[in-house]
Amino acid sequence: MAAVTGSLAGVVHRPTSEYGFMGWLSTVDHKRIGILYGVTAFLFFLLGGIEAVVMRLQLAVPDGVVTGPHLFNQLITMHATTMVFLVVMPLSAAFFNFLVPLQIGARDVAFPRLNALSYWLFLGGGIFVNLSWLIGQAPAAGWFGYANLTSKTFSPDLGVDFWLLSLLILGTSSVAAALNFTVTIVNLRAPGMTMMRMPLFTWMTLVVAFLIIFAFPVITIGLVELGFDRFLNTNFFNPLKGGDPVLWQHLFWLFGHPEVYILILPAMGIVSEVLPTFSRKPLFGYPVVVFSGIAIGFMGWGVWAHHMFTVGMGPVANTVFTLTTMFIAVPTGVKIFNWIATLWGGQITFPTPMLFSLGFIAMFIIGGLSGVTHAVSPSDYQQQDTYYIVAHFHYVLFGGAIFGLFSGIYYYWPKIWGRLLDEGLGKWHFWLMMLGFNLTFAPMHILGMNGMPRRIYTYPEGMGWDFWNMLETVGSLVIVLSILIFLVNVFKSRSSGKVPGNDPWDARTLEWSIASPPPAYNYATVPVVHGRDAFWSMKYPHLDSEGHGTAVGAHAPTETHSQGEHEEHIHMPQGSLLPLIAGVGQTMMIGGMTVVSAGAPFEIGGAVLHVGSLVSVLGGLLMLGALFAWCSEPINE
Amino acid sequence: MSVASHPAEHPTATGLDSRKLLMWAFLGSDCLFFGSLIATYMIYRGRSLECPLPGNIYDIPYTSVSAFVLLMSSLTMVLALAAIQRGDHKGLRIWLVATGLLGTVFLGGQFYEFTSFVHEGLTLDKNLFGSTFFVLTGFHGAHVTVGVLILLSLFLVSLRGGLPQADSLTVELAGLYWHFVDIVWIVIFALVYLVPAPIPVDPTTNQLLVCVGEAAAAVAH
Repeated sequence: MAAVTGSLAGVVHRPTSEYGFMGWLSTVDHKRIGILYGVTAFLFFLLGGIEAVVMRLQLAVPDGVVTGPHLFNQLITMHATTMVFLVVMPLSAAFFNFLVPLQIGARDVAFPRLNALSYWLFLGGGIFVNLSWLIGQAPAAGWFGYANLTSKTFSPDLGVDFWLLSLLILGTSSVAAALNFTVTIVNLRAPGMTMMRMPLFTWMTLVVAFLIIFAFPVITIGLVELGFDRFLNTNFFNPLKGGDPVLWQHLFWLFGHPEVYILILPAMGIVSEVLPTFSRKPLFGYPVVVFSGIAIGFMGWGVWAHHMFTVGMGPVANTVFTLTTMFIAVPTGVKIFNWIATLWGGQITFPTPMLFSLGFIAMFIIGGLSGVTHAVSPSDYQQQDTYYIVAHFHYVLFGGAIFGLFSGIYYYWPKIWGRLLDEGLGKWHFWLMMLGFNLTFAPMHILGMNGMPRRIYTYPEGMGWDFWNMLETVGSLVIVLSILIFLVNVFKSRSSGKVPGNDPWDARTLEWSIASPPPAYNYATVPVVHGRDAFWSMKYPHLDSEGHGTAVGAHAPTETHSQGEHEEHIHMPQGSLLPLIAGVGQTMMIGGMTVVSAGAPFEIGGAVLHVGSLVSVLGGLLMLGALFAWCSEPINE
Repeated sequence: MSVASHPAEHPTATGLDSRKLLMWAFLGSDCLFFGSLIATYMIYRGRSLECPLPGNIYDIPYTSVSAFVLLMSSLTMVLALAAIQRGDHKGLRIWLVATGLLGTVFLGGQFYEFTSFVHEGLTLDKNLFGSTFFVLTGFHGAHVTVGVLILLSLFLVSLRGGLPQADSLTVELAGLYWHFVDIVWIVIFALVYLVPAPIPVDPTTNQLLVCVGEAAAAVAH
């Protein structure tokens, strides 16, 4: 085997160019991987958005005829799966990748090739679950996949198989990335960058990484048990043999509620970077914000059963989870007060990133408050499975996470691409999105209170729901318009955006001290950090951290190359195709199992069955070979 | 050729090697994998509606021996690490092979145990006990298999001279994984084999499920 290992490293041609298509396929540079994550996640965002708009068109009028019931079920399932696993998580991962090494003064992540593997697995899982559309068997059992709707009896086609196998692939991707970022943040901090000097975004990344490391195994085991039930007739969720479908709900939400914080904490981190910059003040109560984030990370494990109040867990469990859920609103509220106090007395300006951050705070407060209303279990009995819940989680995940992520996109665009996005178009984007978002989701509170259930594909006339539904559909089209404006802005920026230099916002953290876009090695000289807001104190050493006495817009000299080591003396890890090959192999190995499930209900004949197993076995061998070659591949050659 | 970016050669912020930190974080994650599987097993204990039940088919002395074999492999793993740390490459190879062999004996024992259980009528889809037992212990067996592959690979790399004394960390990491898998087996052995499971109630007769006859019949058959 040793000989095989040795020759494998030789079989795979090591790309030497950092440029062109091959350069992207083999890149291990955290910034380029971040860009890959961002672009891919944005394409999935457009796809998930289209799915949402089709649903809104169907619900615009009573007795709609745009989709049938089954297609509608597929749309709700795929919209949610896409937005949670293929949009918000990887868009956050795009920022983790691009920013974390820059913010802590490192030259790359701890394990660059593992980082590339995480991306390729994300891409593989995302494509694989969407392949189900091509054979018309997209999953239709909801993104939470409640047992035993997901059993062979009730979901005989391949949809659930695509769903569960793709989530297994995406889970390995997320866990690998989370392990990598944990080690990076703990171990690769520049001299002087103590934990309590780290930028807030890096802190939130660390909390999210811990949540992923401990939450994803739980859903993975749930999915493994579901897969065994479907492929090998085990009885985990089969009531006929004594299995308990509620076990699935516990496993799913024990993952699912930490997952909510996995989705929102990165956006909170971004907002905590943007607000101080445009208030020209340090973040108010930095340690309190950090510990609130950590507290959310811990308390997030004790609230999962509030998703299950109506299951019949009994009054004791319902009371306990009511209390823990109300209690977790405290650290979240603390953060909001800290953000508002950051603004207080600041020299506030309102460019687009600031608008999105302020929009985040406003919308997240509404979503947070409606969340507290159904934390109270008796009240939740009225709201469970109505549009009120849909309104709540869109205020948190769209009004919260997506607004925060757009704030980050506008804020960091000049650092990533070296050009600014247009402010005029940006403001149009923000105000239209704000308007469209509230038109779409605010009426859902009313519809929910009026008893309109979630997930219904149509409703009869005369329920009093017609007006609000039409308004929501119009609102969703306004959102579409705002996204189109953003796309125009992107293309305009690529061709003729302003070139703003290293530090267009007069910002506070280290990443703004280096060139835009940053060179491959990030820092010519590894920076030495003497305090929080490290770059701010480098720029204005004679001022206090509030910046009193400074002329607004003053620009200090930023790092120049002549100070540091010569660029050719900095050794960066060379590109490698092995992460891509291992990622393709694993996707084939897990994806090929779909065909195992394609027994009697899916008539494709014995030959195809063999092809499927062949795909799995080949994929497994490919992965194993790539991993062996990986272990023997030198960092540089 | 340069290995300047090799994690082991950079001083890290904590002084800990990045690979070691990665392994510990991964093992933390793995705890939740096994935790979820064990929780499933414990929740479904005594809730099977059909025979056979754990009391009918477990052979505790047999499994105790194979558990002992696995635990002894932790000792040989420690000896392998101690050997490479003092530069004894021959000792390293001997103890790596010994550890791998003990792991393989354990896997063989598990294979034999699974086979005999199937002969006694306990299959994956027979009842809740079968589903939870085979998936939990099978998942552990898969971990041991990966461990044996890692040990075998290290042995071959060492034969080719690819494991210098300075790189003893690689062996230490394999050891961390191996000890973790052993410790998990202690938990599984205690909870799954040694703690007696309650006898479920037969839903048709509303009395405790009686299995002895059926299990005996299956054996005779």
